[in-house]
Amino acid sequence: MLETKQLAFSYDEKKGMNFPDFSLQKGEHCLLLGQSGSGKTTLLHLLGGLLSPSQGSIRIGDTELGQLRASALDHFRGKNIGIIFQKSHFVRALTIGENMALAQQLAGLKPDRERIMELLDRLNITEKFRLKPDRLSVGEQQRAAIARALINQAPIILADEPTSALDDHNAEEVIQLLEEQASVLGSTLLVVTHDKRLKDRFPKQITL
Amino acid sequence: MNLLKLSWKNLTNKPLAMLLSLVLFALGVGLISFLFLVNSQINDKFEKNLAGIDLVIGAKGSPLQLILSSMYHIDAPTGNITIKNVMPYLNAKNPYIKMAVPLSLGDSYRGYRIVGTSANLLELYQAKVRTGRSFRDVMEVLAGAGAAEELGLKIGSTFQSSHGLIEDANLVHGGHPFKVVGILKPSGAAIDQLLLTPAQSIWEVHEHAGMGTPAPAVEEEATAVDSLAEEHAEATKQMGTMALTNQEDDHLNEDHEHGKPQMQSIINYPDKEITSLLLQFNGHNIMTLNLQRMINQNTKMQAATPAIEITRLYSLMGVGQDALSWLAFIIMAVSGLSIFISLYSSLSERRYELALMRTMGASPGKLFAMIILEGLLLATLGYGLGLLISHFGMELLAGEMKAAYRYTFTGLTFLPEELYLLFGALGLGFIAAVIPAIQARNTDISKTLAEG
Repeated sequence: MLETKQLAFSYDEKKGMNFPDFSLQKGEHCLLLGQSGSGKTTLLHLLGGLLSPSQGSIRIGDTELGQLRASALDHFRGKNIGIIFQKSHFVRALTIGENMALAQQLAGLKPDRERIMELLDRLNITEKFRLKPDRLSVGEQQRAAIARALINQAPIILADEPTSALDDHNAEEVIQLLEEQASVLGSTLLVVTHDKRLKDRFPKQITL
Repeated sequence: MNLLKLSWKNLTNKPLAMLLSLVLFALGVGLISFLFLVNSQINDKFEKNLAGIDLVIGAKGSPLQLILSSMYHIDAPTGNITIKNVMPYLNAKNPYIKMAVPLSLGDSYRGYRIVGTSANLLELYQAKVRTGRSFRDVMEVLAGAGAAEELGLKIGSTFQSSHGLIEDANLVHGGHPFKVVGILKPSGAAIDQLLLTPAQSIWEVHEHAGMGTPAPAVEEEATAVDSLAEEHAEATKQMGTMALTNQEDDHLNEDHEHGKPQMQSIINYPDKEITSLLLQFNGHNIMTLNLQRMINQNTKMQAATPAIEITRLYSLMGVGQDALSWLAFIIMAVSGLSIFISLYSSLSERRYELALMRTMGASPGKLFAMIILEGLLLATLGYGLGLLISHFGMELLAGEMKAAYRYTFTGLTFLPEELYLLFGALGLGFIAAVIPAIQARNTDISKTLAEG
């Protein structure tokens, strides 16, 4: 499902980063570990098509990311990759429900209110549908961010430090939800973290 | 959630941030549109009242004042001229004169000017009688549509004129009621606001005023005038404060009887006076070209060309209008800058959500379009608000202007220029938004998100 080969990236000439080759099966969950500055986030951005590698290739399903043109890549990303960030961000002018609908539309899908409600319900934040994001607590925001990443049933879910801003209770809840929902959808889940609380939960781990 | 709605939500999410831009924009648009409105309506009035008049002859004084008082009825008359002095122009056989219309000004009824004239004034302004008929006899009045409506005059209504052009109960001429015999169709020209009567009516009122009663002792001038009817007539035409009679005298005068004179052409009264004479030439030639200079140099009268005086007036007003236009354009420019600044600063707050939209599949072009739309929305909103301000303001001002000048103005017309103004506003909105939009399009997703 997800496969990298001889991936390398450099912000400038002096400092280059090389990443190990790895591949994930469909539905597989995996933890990507590493110290700060080891290039975890860079790798995640490469996988999400937010950055282009200076060499090497990334294959998602049957698609070679490097061969997609800019707009095709945007479209592909919206449809196939759900990304969750350390701090959840939303379009502040829109309610949670509208943010969900926007995610569907930007991916080229029709807004589906039922699907949104169902997902919010599963994540236990149904009543936040009509609220603006800044009215939610940090834990609720992160759950809403998960809902948004899952809304288009993307085959790949990438999570960048999804728990590091949360307390133990919320962290546990969020990672559990993430795993659960990824399993329900059969999505491949890659969690980038240095959060020790998550170490034991994932059998498959890659260390940078 | 289309792009327009998204842009709209972005704008309304922080209404205060956009308020200054919006208000400035509306002010700029409002001022420009207001200038358009005032300009077009004033030009319109001036043009309508030109009525093909080539020359105005009156007493010496300011030529502009002569034109304004005789053609637009917004200034005081310059003085009087004796009919015998303008006799050559009144002669119907004069080959150079197509039409000559005498005017006797200086009296009014409740602020509406009474104009002593002849029936060909109607021809000059192409005015049509709506109800009743034109005046045929002394003291008969043909009322302009606007004046009739405001004063509540109907066929058969009678009223007493008042001396001077402003309403003053102490200056009412007693014992000489005017009688309305007809009402004109509205024309949009100054004639709408006038009460027309034969020139003889004005003489009638002034020559007989106060005759049965001694004038108040305190008014020395009035006493002197009283003995000489003609001088009296002249004096009454001078805009002034001379009180000829007062209210009590008027009542005493009411029983004063006078024989109704058979109305004859004013040519038969060479020693009487009128205020001015409007002339329309039979084509232009050396004679007509020289006429003005001849009158100005060789007589105690003056002749003024309406077109020249109005051009002079425009150039005088033009300075103020230019200053206002500049002010309006500066406000517009500042509002454009303000839109730019508020969009630009909102971008730095929103850069994370722009990056986020990119990760959700939005193309750079979409972000560009979203920001441009925000600029255009603000511009459209400001435009709408500005037009509302100017038209509402014009409508409010119309009442004041009408009271002051007896001219009707309206805020309820829309001009083609205002459509161009819309394009201008949208152009400004676009220009103000284009740099922030490029900035949004170029958002570095990875870098922005990594900072997050």
